[in-house]
Amino acid sequence: MGAEKEYKQEPAKEIDYVQVTKSRAFKKLMHDRKKFIVPLTIFFLIFYFLLPVLTSYTTFLNTPVIGDISWVWLFALAQFIMTWVLCTIYVKKAAVFDKQADEIIREMEEGGEKR
Amino acid sequence: MSATVIILFLAIVLLTLVITFFAAKRTQTAGDFYTAGGGLTGMQNGLAIAGDYLSAASFLGIAGAIALFGFDGFFYSIGFLIAYLVVLFLVAEPLRNLGKYTLADMINSRFDARKVRGAAALNTITISTFYMIAQLVGAGALIQLLFGIKYWMAVLIVGVMMTIYVLFGGMIATSWVQIVKAVLLMAGMVIMTFLVLLKFNFNIGQMFTDVKSVTAHGEAYLMPGLQYTEPLGTISLMLALVLGTAGLPHILMRFFTVRDAKTARSSVVIATWVIGIFYVLTLFLGFGAAAFVGHDTIIAANPGGNMAAPLLAQAVGGDILFAFISAVAFATILAVVAGLVLSGASAFAHDLYGQIIKKGNVTEREQVKAARYASLAVSVLSIVLALFAQYLNVAFLVSLAFCIAASANLPVILYTVYWKRFNTAGAVTAMLAGLLSALILVSISPSVFSPVEGAALFVGEPIFPLTNPALVSVPLGFLGGYLGTLLSKEKDIKRYAEVKVKANTGYKSSGVSH
Repeated sequence: MGAEKEYKQEPAKEIDYVQVTKSRAFKKLMHDRKKFIVPLTIFFLIFYFLLPVLTSYTTFLNTPVIGDISWVWLFALAQFIMTWVLCTIYVKKAAVFDKQADEIIREMEEGGEKR
Repeated sequence: MSATVIILFLAIVLLTLVITFFAAKRTQTAGDFYTAGGGLTGMQNGLAIAGDYLSAASFLGIAGAIALFGFDGFFYSIGFLIAYLVVLFLVAEPLRNLGKYTLADMINSRFDARKVRGAAALNTITISTFYMIAQLVGAGALIQLLFGIKYWMAVLIVGVMMTIYVLFGGMIATSWVQIVKAVLLMAGMVIMTFLVLLKFNFNIGQMFTDVKSVTAHGEAYLMPGLQYTEPLGTISLMLALVLGTAGLPHILMRFFTVRDAKTARSSVVIATWVIGIFYVLTLFLGFGAAAFVGHDTIIAANPGGNMAAPLLAQAVGGDILFAFISAVAFATILAVVAGLVLSGASAFAHDLYGQIIKKGNVTEREQVKAARYASLAVSVLSIVLALFAQYLNVAFLVSLAFCIAASANLPVILYTVYWKRFNTAGAVTAMLAGLLSALILVSISPSVFSPVEGAALFVGEPIFPLTNPALVSVPLGFLGGYLGTLLSKEKDIKRYAEVKVKANTGYKSSGVSH
């Protein structure tokens, strides 16, 4: 049959997921992820919405900086650079999370460390 | 229509058919059909995401918008790109870890409820339909212009091609058509940008100065405000763009075509680079068209500015480049509509038929058969709809699809992964509140009602002021999920613990899908 049955195939030994979420390693992973993702997400959303907000309600971005290129173009360019920089930072950080996750999976398969 | 155009056009048709032929031989199981067996590499999937995402609306629409409106045209480029940070940071990895073929699979990994799956399938079908009509109408108009054939013929050509890819080659053919298209499109963009820069002597400052002097708008061309004059309208549109991508079913489906969350992540990164470079280059195309084609010529060819890029190709590279860019535009359309057929078909065949009606009791062979029938049905239905929708505004349909995706899909995705208290009732109310508020608000917005005759579907005063209602409908989607959850007592800590562990560690997910 289809998706659902396959999906629920668990290993022979039943895993107590609630126990896993209470383990120190998992708690640390969640804490680290949150500490990384939440501030950066807030940052890029604010940085992004600052552009339409500033162009809609103010005109100071229209001041030329280099020749005829005004601040609004540089701010737009900064949006692209921010995206690539955050992408790169994310990948670096995610590699650390991967290691933590592998460790948690290893513990789960070994029957779990008790705290 | 010149001989070069016909040859390149036929070359693309032939190439994609060869791809489909080989893909068809490898498409045996439902997993092959929906997710290319989950075997794409990060590079392949990244290019395929770019190919799936960069529609004719991006390629031709944004180049035209920048050519006509300067900075305001560039807003779309920024929103469409930064959306990938939302995808990367919040959605891609948990989605890959929890889902199998569809978005509904992912949400149902937490709630085994048919109504949840049904609502998710309804959202997928609605969003894909609007997006599909937009693409087909745009494709029809474009091919009509490029090749001088009738609108219905153009829609039929694109429709038949997309049906062939998906029907026979499933996700494998679709992915490779998207990869080839992404490469061709980027090559076309780079060549055009190079030729434009050559004309400006590679002096970007000079380009800004020159463009300002050739357009009728003068100084204002380089400043925001030519097209978007309403602050809340602009912000609402930007909200739909940045949050919509993470809820588009045909993009989300691409994350199931890779082995694990790590590969999903690397494919988003590749896609973000490709898409980012693409959107930077739209600026040069737009400016180039404004300078070397001219406002009046662009408007004369198509009032929406959609012909700016092909006309620029003609101006800077002659007939051969024009033919090449036209062929690329054709490939662009094919790749996007094929992805859309697949996502619509998966909602019908896998979610509605396989899981809801048959309750999962279907053999592998039956699944593939159902998927093929559904693909055929979705294709035929969209072709028919597109034939009747010739005069609908394409940009409006696309922004509506983004708005529904942001309002109806994103809240439920985020709640499912990140909110402990979330429950079945909340999942249903989140999806329905987002979907209905987006649809209702649009139907009473200036896109549908305009006091000026011919400017919108109906003549009359709009009740709701924003063209794109995301600013109201996205919060309503979140609110719907919140209230629905609190009004129901149901709470499953155990199940959430399982979802949380799987979403964050990828446990078991690689063994799950095949």
